[in-house]
Amino acid sequence: MSQLSTTDADREEMLGAIGVSSVEELFRDIPAGVRFQRELDLEPALSELELVRHLEELAAKNVDTTKELSFLGAGIYDHYVPAVVDAVLQRGEFLTAYTPYQPEMSQGVLQAIFEYQTAICELTGMDVSNASGYDGTTVAADACLVAKHATGRAKVVLAETLNPQVRQVVKTYAVGFGLEVVELPHEGGLTDPAAVREAAEDAAAVIFQQPNVFGILENAPELAAAAKEGGALAIAHVDPISLGVLEAPGHYGADLAIGEGQSAGNYQSYAGPHYGFLASKAEYTRRLPGRIIGETTDLNGDRGYVLTLQTREQHIRREKATSNMTTNQTLLALAGLVHLSWLGPQGLREVGETCMSLGAYAKEQLGLPLAFPDRPTFKEFAVRLKRPARDVIAAARAHGVHPGYAIGRDYEGMDDVLLIAVTEKRSPDDIDRLAHVLHEVRA
Amino acid sequence: MELLYEKSKPGRRAATLPRYDLPAAAVPEDLRRAEPPRLPELSEPELVRHFTELSTRNFGIDTGFYPLGSCTMKHNPRVNERVVMLPGFKDLHPHQEEDGAQGALELMWRLQEILKEIAGLDACSLQPAAGSQGELTGLMLIRAYFEDIGEGARRDTIITADTAHGTNPASVTMAGYKLEKVATDARGNLDVDDLRAKVNERTAGLMLTNPSTLGLFDENIEEVANIFHDAGSLLYYDGANLNAVCGISRPGDMGFDIVHINLHKTFSQPHGGGGPGGGPIVVREKLEPFLPVPAVVRDGDAFRLDHDRPKSIGKVRGFTGPFGVFVRSYAYIRSYGPGLRLMSETAVLNANYLLAKLRDAYDLPYDRLAMHEFVLSAKTLKREHGITALDVAKRLMDYGLHPPTIYFPLVVPEALMIEPTETEPMERLDAFVEAMLAIAGEAAETPELLKEAPTSRPVRRLDEVKAAKRAVVKYGFDEHPDLSAEAGEVRQLEAQKGA
Repeated sequence: MSQLSTTDADREEMLGAIGVSSVEELFRDIPAGVRFQRELDLEPALSELELVRHLEELAAKNVDTTKELSFLGAGIYDHYVPAVVDAVLQRGEFLTAYTPYQPEMSQGVLQAIFEYQTAICELTGMDVSNASGYDGTTVAADACLVAKHATGRAKVVLAETLNPQVRQVVKTYAVGFGLEVVELPHEGGLTDPAAVREAAEDAAAVIFQQPNVFGILENAPELAAAAKEGGALAIAHVDPISLGVLEAPGHYGADLAIGEGQSAGNYQSYAGPHYGFLASKAEYTRRLPGRIIGETTDLNGDRGYVLTLQTREQHIRREKATSNMTTNQTLLALAGLVHLSWLGPQGLREVGETCMSLGAYAKEQLGLPLAFPDRPTFKEFAVRLKRPARDVIAAARAHGVHPGYAIGRDYEGMDDVLLIAVTEKRSPDDIDRLAHVLHEVRA
Repeated sequence: MELLYEKSKPGRRAATLPRYDLPAAAVPEDLRRAEPPRLPELSEPELVRHFTELSTRNFGIDTGFYPLGSCTMKHNPRVNERVVMLPGFKDLHPHQEEDGAQGALELMWRLQEILKEIAGLDACSLQPAAGSQGELTGLMLIRAYFEDIGEGARRDTIITADTAHGTNPASVTMAGYKLEKVATDARGNLDVDDLRAKVNERTAGLMLTNPSTLGLFDENIEEVANIFHDAGSLLYYDGANLNAVCGISRPGDMGFDIVHINLHKTFSQPHGGGGPGGGPIVVREKLEPFLPVPAVVRDGDAFRLDHDRPKSIGKVRGFTGPFGVFVRSYAYIRSYGPGLRLMSETAVLNANYLLAKLRDAYDLPYDRLAMHEFVLSAKTLKREHGITALDVAKRLMDYGLHPPTIYFPLVVPEALMIEPTETEPMERLDAFVEAMLAIAGEAAETPELLKEAPTSRPVRRLDEVKAAKRAVVKYGFDEHPDLSAEAGEVRQLEAQKGA
């Protein structure tokens, strides 16, 4: 076994040092009744070459976005991941390190995550960011718990235009949190500030998404204001790639900003691993879940970084911790930092502008009725088809084009609606092809 | 070393982006970003150098020995990094139709089958993103199960061991349960008398790590399981230490009803400086209806997602979980095949070898054969020389070794929790032994070497108390505080580091 270095001679010598005669004897504390008596029923071991071939065969059964011209989005997007991201992530010192409990051994990852926290705070206009959460769904559940403790209220309000995956996860967590979940219906693809104002009256938090699940730009400043008028925390679920062109949540009054980080630095990878980000105004710092990196100095007075505010955390506070989180998504957050640093402020704005231009071009070229006309969108928009979206998707895929997501899977009465995402990776020619194929299949 | 933001200069950039000849789309005035985010502005060479320099200030398994107890820091085979980058995996959208994701679904289904066999249980969900999320998911299953049989209101308490990871009690709170703690007996097993006194009709379940965080297999596990099952309660297995028993003893056979498996420990998903992880759960048949949706199922030769699970607790993470982690762990297990037992045997051999060599130089609170890890104590060094577990840990760094987990488990004072894993050759183990013995000698003769340590790392001991008090958690663009101007004693917390 190539992973192991122990020779037969080593084993004999080690057993001798231990004072036992066999490896079997090392397990004598395991009661006979619970000892496994046969070999594990697993398929035969594969050599490295066989393993690669086997996994290539499995991978070949998938139709990925290099094989099919894809306009899928709805939370996970095919943005370009620059080569420098791969290069940094394959540095073994990052890849194979544990959580930086011993700071003198871990200054590299600690400083990188301090820089990540800074980037997230800059994007979102917040004061503090944690070192990452699992994904864009679980950070929403985390944020609800922050809000519950901050307000003493036991209800959260979710805009129906918040991604359904996020809402489902919040609902699952809410049982244990003792939180009631209320969902606010949308009005023509938008969340109504007046309804938010009313629902926020006895709520710990209102979570809305910008741009929302239909790709539409909500009137986010009004939603944040409405939530706060009702005494609830305003929580904005945002797309990091949008924040070069769209206003930062912290600048329009949101208390927390959360989101799926995948757009920044992560491959689609059939939904993971990715990272969720969670940032807040300073007053909630000590209620945040997960790791936070802080600056300090060493014995020589030199600058360094450590895990900090650990009295929030499970390994110190146990049942009184703000969260049970220990493993997070550091490597994926590092990918986010590298991508955002590669882009810089100019590049981030340009990507956002390009997505918006392509979106406008696509709306025009497709010539299909918009599900929600006259609403400004970012990189995604919904069109109404002449027949069920699932049928159109199947027909278009036969032409090598995946035209988008059948949002009727999540919303009643929208079976004929197709949600189309355009990232900077889709060229005008690609969009022309989409238009042609949708025309061919009588969408 | 300077921060990215301190190296930034307006006008520099690394990115080249496609420019399409299209008119600009208007952003409504009140939604448009007024001030750009102050992301760093660097050219690509400087960006690469920055992260390369950072990496040289970090220590991974690739750098050297990393015996961090309860973390299972084994070698991460590079072939796994190659296969996860196959376009069919990395560029697959999670909303791809099932007929276009057969390879991914098949891989997940195969991994589920493997984990069921290793755990000795009947059904699996890969969805939880980490061990602690697996714990929380397991507790949600327990709640759903008891509500389904009409005992939900009555059963409001979960029992944990006093040796448990902090995640166990934290998960209990998050799941809305009350917590009851059970003591450890003189042999390091659960105290069965204490347990009997605490298990009653209000008990929903037990959360237990076996082998425990002391690295000891609970010799009374069958009796423990009977106590809970007789009370109608469920048993939850924290899989953090599964690396000790693969193919040797299965949690399902021990009597556990729910297991979470840390793919980033036992099955070699690289830990990435803190994550990602994977925390699949494997359960007994009666709990299957409550597993998260969607389930990955096989229909003849095809694989599909089953959303129609009316009793499901719902979703705990987006889509079907961290797929790239599954690719790596599946590849890892397939490289072993049925001989996976050899992995655990070697891990246990390595741990016992270290224990045999170190037992005379440090205190050994529980004198038994270890499983994949063991716990020593520096309490005599502290009493006689004022040397703490923290000092030993810091001095190990000067020998080029990563320290073990310290100050955990909490039941052992000045704990040093050592887990070598199976991938370390004997020479590495011997080097660690030599360093540990030398340090024990230094503690008596030159204790200042330990108090001053480390001196060979990019930084000296860092002031954790100052960090918490000042809470500088991002770069200050307008004015970044100069913490070096704030003098004072450098203090590190003698609190859990690792696990």
